[in-house]
Amino acid sequence: MKSLHAQHHPLADTGYQLTVLTQAEVEGAHQPLFATRLREAGLLPLRPTGITVMQVNVGKMCNQTCRHCHVDAGPDRTEIMTRATMQQCLDALRQTPIEVVDLTGGAPEMNPDFRWFVEQISALGREVIVRCNLTIIVANPKYYDLPEFFARHRVRVVSSLPHFSAVRTDAQRGEGVFGRSIKALRMLNEAGYGVEGTGLSLDLVYNPSGAFLPGNQAALEREFKQRLVREHGVVFNSLLTITNLPISRFLEYLLDSGNYESYLDKLVQAYNPVAAANVMCRSTLSIGWDGQLYDCDFNQQLDLLVDGRAPQHIRDFDLAALNERSIVVNQHCYGCTAGAGSSCGGATT
Amino acid sequence: MEKATYYNPADLAKFGNITEWQPEMGRKFFDYYGEVFKDGALTEREKSLIALAVAHAVQCPYCIDAYTTDSLQKGADEAQMMEAVHVAAAIKGGAALVHSVQMMNKAKELSM
Repeated sequence: MKSLHAQHHPLADTGYQLTVLTQAEVEGAHQPLFATRLREAGLLPLRPTGITVMQVNVGKMCNQTCRHCHVDAGPDRTEIMTRATMQQCLDALRQTPIEVVDLTGGAPEMNPDFRWFVEQISALGREVIVRCNLTIIVANPKYYDLPEFFARHRVRVVSSLPHFSAVRTDAQRGEGVFGRSIKALRMLNEAGYGVEGTGLSLDLVYNPSGAFLPGNQAALEREFKQRLVREHGVVFNSLLTITNLPISRFLEYLLDSGNYESYLDKLVQAYNPVAAANVMCRSTLSIGWDGQLYDCDFNQQLDLLVDGRAPQHIRDFDLAALNERSIVVNQHCYGCTAGAGSSCGGATT
Repeated sequence: MEKATYYNPADLAKFGNITEWQPEMGRKFFDYYGEVFKDGALTEREKSLIALAVAHAVQCPYCIDAYTTDSLQKGADEAQMMEAVHVAAAIKGGAALVHSVQMMNKAKELSM
């Protein structure tokens, strides 16, 4: 499977994606503007509560081409963060009390400077989260020691596993991904990850593999824990449920399968004002592979830069100005406010 | 014009409107319904799978749509969902077949 970008698909154009997302409203339809719902909740303009997480997307290159990927990542994507831009991130970090750096991609480990970056962040005494797709660990012998590398730097590993069944996982992430993910999870367990008493944290991310919302996070976690330990001898710490946002390849899937309208309706009907107050963009700064600044990784993939009154590139980092910015919202934001809410840290209510 | 059928999928979302003609009973029904499906001695997922099986037994297309979606949301997989429907099918088939004992009794009663 190729990325939308490599296929020259119309949805590779983020302007076109935004047109699709706002069309229902333009046609005078039933899906109210997200901004209107925020205004009703007294949350517009949406302001940061203070940046506590710097989320860095170190590149779109990935060994997988998942059907729901909001980054449109894949082996054919070459956009990758340079060491110079990483240095700018470190310079910014040094001036702030931001405690957590969340590394994502693509497969972040495929960036040639990934390990250097982790070491530098770690040396600054900040916690590192790696959004690891699991299969990268077993993709090539040069990655086999990643679990030990992560353990050495006390990296928090957050990994996608959309289901405890191979059928549902492979339908979303590709043929054979489930089996390779289980192999990688065993390697992480062997390095102490997810094992009680080690302090090495391994969280799994559940994304629905289809046009439906995630169920109750605690109930799904119980089920995942039972099944994974019983059937595969695998342990982990927490399950984080994340709603699929209707952008990029998931948007393509929704349109192709005829589920777009009903999925948007589901998100709008499940709008939860409490989740709206807790959205992750209020406490996150997202940095793109080229150093540009965004309110979240979803806005990043839609090319929606931070509000122009704040600096828009990491070289011009100014924490006070960024904490004063208005967060950019659009119709895709309904994905983070549906039901129990959704964020990179799972449910928000 | 839309083709007229006895079942319109869009009607499922209008289920709540039944309270318009009988608010008190409708409200009591939905309160009870909500209470039934909460996590309890059975998990929400188990209850959803039971509802899916019953939906097939009572052959309600609205319920099949609703509880297929709900089962997926609760984390059920294809194997669990199909096994639930087999339970319904086994009980429905068994219910027909067990009556054959009555048939046999009656036939014996009438026969030499």
